[in-house]
Amino acid sequence: MAKDEITKDFKWIGTTPDRPDGLDKVTGRARYGADFNLPNMLYAAVVRSPHAHAKILKIDASKALALKGVKAVVTRADLPTGLTGEDLYLQENTLAGEKALYDGHAVAAVAATSQLLANDAARLIEVEYEVLPHVTDVDKAMAKDAPVILPDCADHTVPEGMGPNVARMIEFGRGDLEAGYAEADVVHEQSYTTEATHQGYIEPHAAVGQMGSDGKGEMWVCTQGQWFIRKMCSAVLGTDPAQLRVTPSEIGGGFGGKTTIFMEPLPLALSRKAGGRPVKLVMSRSDVLRATGPTASASMDVKMGMKKDGTITAAEVTFRMQGGPFPGASPVGEALSCAFACYDIPNLMHVGYEVLANRPKCAAYRAPGSPMAAYAVESMVDELCRELSLDPIDVRLKNGVKEGSRASYGPKFKTIGLAETLEAAKAHPNYAVKLGPNQGRGVASGFWFNHGGETSVSLAISEDGTAQVSVGTPDIGGSRASIALMTAETLGIPYENVRVNIVETGALGVNEPTHGSRATFASGKAMWEAANQAIKEMCKRAAQKWDIDPEAVTWKDGAAHPAGDNAGQFEPMSIKEIAAEMGKTGGPISGHHESTPSGAGPSFGTHVVDVEVDPETGRVTVLRYLVTQDAGRAIHPQYVEGQYQGGAAQGIGWALNEGYIYGEDGKLQNSVFLDYRVPVASDLPMIDTVIVEVPNPGHPFGVRGVGETGITPPLPAIANAIHAATGARLRALPMNPPAVLAAIKAMA
Amino acid sequence: MSKMHVTATVNGDEVEFLADPRETLLDCLRDHLDLTGSKEGCGTGDCGACSVMLNGRLVPSCLVLGVETDGATIETIEGMAPEGALHPLQRKFIEHAALQCGFCTPGFLVAAKALLEKNPDPSESEIRYWLAGNLCRCTGYDKIVRAVQDAAAEMRGAA
Repeated sequence: MAKDEITKDFKWIGTTPDRPDGLDKVTGRARYGADFNLPNMLYAAVVRSPHAHAKILKIDASKALALKGVKAVVTRADLPTGLTGEDLYLQENTLAGEKALYDGHAVAAVAATSQLLANDAARLIEVEYEVLPHVTDVDKAMAKDAPVILPDCADHTVPEGMGPNVARMIEFGRGDLEAGYAEADVVHEQSYTTEATHQGYIEPHAAVGQMGSDGKGEMWVCTQGQWFIRKMCSAVLGTDPAQLRVTPSEIGGGFGGKTTIFMEPLPLALSRKAGGRPVKLVMSRSDVLRATGPTASASMDVKMGMKKDGTITAAEVTFRMQGGPFPGASPVGEALSCAFACYDIPNLMHVGYEVLANRPKCAAYRAPGSPMAAYAVESMVDELCRELSLDPIDVRLKNGVKEGSRASYGPKFKTIGLAETLEAAKAHPNYAVKLGPNQGRGVASGFWFNHGGETSVSLAISEDGTAQVSVGTPDIGGSRASIALMTAETLGIPYENVRVNIVETGALGVNEPTHGSRATFASGKAMWEAANQAIKEMCKRAAQKWDIDPEAVTWKDGAAHPAGDNAGQFEPMSIKEIAAEMGKTGGPISGHHESTPSGAGPSFGTHVVDVEVDPETGRVTVLRYLVTQDAGRAIHPQYVEGQYQGGAAQGIGWALNEGYIYGEDGKLQNSVFLDYRVPVASDLPMIDTVIVEVPNPGHPFGVRGVGETGITPPLPAIANAIHAATGARLRALPMNPPAVLAAIKAMA
Repeated sequence: MSKMHVTATVNGDEVEFLADPRETLLDCLRDHLDLTGSKEGCGTGDCGACSVMLNGRLVPSCLVLGVETDGATIETIEGMAPEGALHPLQRKFIEHAALQCGFCTPGFLVAAKALLEKNPDPSESEIRYWLAGNLCRCTGYDKIVRAVQDAAAEMRGAA
């Protein structure tokens, strides 16, 4: 079992108290992006391109501006020129310049005294287009004769002779592939595709922005990262980041999609033009699906060799992933690094192509790149296991990485828990349930790196000995609860005596967003450092009072104690007593910590799914579902389970039903929830979980991020289960009823 | 377009507002009555985040026009714990960690309350099918279903 060098003797960690924001969220009081209003506020609407690729010849806003109550129109001409690199792409995505690059690309925005008026005005803005040939499919976009989306997009990595939309090529590996394949008893080679999916957060993007002619501004916005919003909006608008104060609202889901900007600079630009009146902009669902961060679509080749005993001797992948019309957005690099991360394979090769297409600019989506990679690789592992009649868990245990293994992407793994998740899956009753006709079981494992990231936290002791913690990572799934639990544990005070606030950009140094499964890891680690600073100061105050050396004071159970008999005989001095006197004993007591923490331990997981396939319709029903995943340490186990279950549900949606559908005209055909159908309650069974705890040595309590890994295994696990049930191997997502039925019929 | 005067009973209180005939009930609740607990996730009746009770019937308020509600009785999430004491469903949602981001939560609570008023002892399937009009992207529904089951059991015990 797990090596466990870190204490397990906790008072608060591992308990499941009510989350601090629970009451606000069950009563409708919690304020999300669209719930915020200001006096004298205007409302905005956006004009979007109806074409996948078109030259913008002329924008005429005169009819809109003639309407009474319309206060400002902005187009690209209102934004500064001369930007380069990612800043330019962000600006280009905020408002199209010479060309509209995808269906839904913003072209102009208008602000008026009511939402209805703004909508009317938007319809009166006339845009003249010259429609250009487009391409939305990744393989077609790779072709040499594909329409050129951005001229000269290729960087130095792209060899001569590639198509015009290949922006980057990545290549890395180790060992000797041919020697590896020669050792294998079976070598298979297959191709797989996945369609783009959307994060599908239920809350559309929303912001209220205000900016005066002096360039000073404020913004209230639903985001995973207020400092990223500040930096990116300022770059797009040509303003000074320090002059923009960004306050995050409660956030109605993000999953990576709210780590960047889409429309956020527009209310600021409109406000600046409308004499500094605040402007509110809320996206519609259709705008969200057409113009905000879906993930990439992928086309992938895998080759793998296996010995009869299950040893994987060599493997290679070639991944082609489109990330929309700008370089840098496709997660192909991460996908390559994740592809074989679960396996210790001596001979490996990875090749990846980042491809531009006339689709929206990709944003991060939960373990970006990893689910697609897992779909291809974990399907292939299953194919080989079936051919050699080997148990899929045993083969993964045999080849699985462990402490000291050289990761497929380079570094050596420290303490990790892949094997423990496999053992937990094998031992779970679900793995022994007898299956009936048309039923099948699938297994797959998954991986995510996890991330540290720039972090700044402040902790202050209140006059009554309670504590407030200011963090910069928006609470997207219970992180206020986990950080409060760790604070209570560190200070030795009750959970209820801690308040965790998510603060605006003026209150702390720069924080990266809640991304990379980092909030509980990084803000928690920084809180621990800050709390220990405060503890040191409180010990000093007690030492002053007792007139002994501060080094002779220790902190235990929320009070200062003399370190031993030699220190003297004093009654412990509680945090409450120290806090009550702090004004007279040296002033406020607080702690701060700023760093970019390393040591974010990777999290591995293994999923086991049973499905039943209706042979007449191809409909797949998920009968039971098991997630086992390494949390390092589960601070609030219910919310850890919630991450596992939520990740699995998104993965099930991706596997079975979700996907962007583009017409021949390059327009998105399913831009409402009726047609882009995410899993509903009646589609899913209960989702069983096992929290494996192999503590992360890089965190004071052993925490690993848990948010992302869970979306990775469902794609291949379900494909493997469908194969077990029907004998049909589906190598394209989504595996919806028509696709499954066609695959069954193709076998006959 | 000229606005119309609407009088309705919302969470037991008589309210008045002027509605543009194009505004939905959801717009009116949020923008004219400052009841922002009901959320707009889609505007097409697919996500259930705007669920309210209209004359005793569960509806997505984004598919009702505000001007249709003259004389109507409306209950929203803000009316679920009128005296401060939480409804058992609200308590069980917190206890079971049945929310992560919380954006869909008001709609789920209103819909689940409507279910339990109709059927105090629903099976897991009945809960899942009743709540199939409410999208949650965070939880995978497991803890939501358990919270509703637990609240139903408690309410039956209390009855």
